[in-house]
Amino acid sequence: MILWRWARAFVLFWVDYIFGDDWTFAAVIGAALLGTWGLVEAGVPAWWLLPLAVLGGTVLSVRRAVLRGR
Amino acid sequence: MNATVFVSTFLAASIEVVEMVAIVVAVGVTRSWRAALLGAGAGLLLLAILIAALGVALKGVPLKPLRLVVGALLLTFGAQWLRKGILLVSRDGWTTGIGEERVDEDVPLGFDWQGFVLSFKGVSLEGLEVAVIVVAFGAAADAIGSAAIGAAASVLLIGVLGLASYRLVARIPRRALQLLVGAMLVTFGTFWAGEGLSVDWPGDELALVWLATLYVVAALILVRAVSRWRRRVPPRLETGRPAPAGAAR
Repeated sequence: MILWRWARAFVLFWVDYIFGDDWTFAAVIGAALLGTWGLVEAGVPAWWLLPLAVLGGTVLSVRRAVLRGR
Repeated sequence: MNATVFVSTFLAASIEVVEMVAIVVAVGVTRSWRAALLGAGAGLLLLAILIAALGVALKGVPLKPLRLVVGALLLTFGAQWLRKGILLVSRDGWTTGIGEERVDEDVPLGFDWQGFVLSFKGVSLEGLEVAVIVVAFGAAADAIGSAAIGAAASVLLIGVLGLASYRLVARIPRRALQLLVGAMLVTFGTFWAGEGLSVDWPGDELALVWLATLYVVAALILVRAVSRWRRRVPPRLETGRPAPAGAAR
């Protein structure tokens, strides 16, 4: 029972750590990491994608939070 | 003592140590010193075990996957801080939380595990890179001792400077600090994740500077934009109390 509680707390900790209160933002970052990997593999300069995804994800996430009144 | 190896290792290690100390001080000032220092201690312990177990075989440790995992985690967590910092600064203003003034935080009452993990990851990843620098420089010139002393001097000097800067950093209002630390974490996260994916950053390590500038400038613009968006959103009346702007997480 104690082990189960610890495992649950461990999983919840990482879910909260990665996704926070806006899972779409984490999804944008995940997609950007995949896209960057793809571009690098294809030999295309990919340094611009991660910063662009962070900026775009931040703007969308902040706007959504304001519209939700948070 | 091989002076050339000492100086080369000192300088190369300093870049990594600055990143390590910046994260520990940032976590300490904004979240919990106990969690930050315990996380740093745990990271150094793991490093000592790895060095004792692997020795010069450390040169073969694959750093790229480590950078990718640590960078990606730092990026998602830092992005949440940046977002929260933008929402809170636009709500409370830049000067909220000067000195001892209390502001609402999301740091738990018990042990701050998130702060611990942040500090642990920063110290263990950067420490591993320092260890690899020591092995690479030291083995090439057959002077591991000089390389180790150079790296140790770097950790000592920059660590003391970092801890001494604590009072200076603590003078920055809490709200502004949250936003700046968020931008810093996102900067390191972007850079390390990119390095892990073999991205060629324009300016190499200097990318940390332009990335940080880009994120801080974008955050400043967003703070103003959020204030405008808030004026357009009608207030919520159904709960009878003001909604905590961006207070989630």
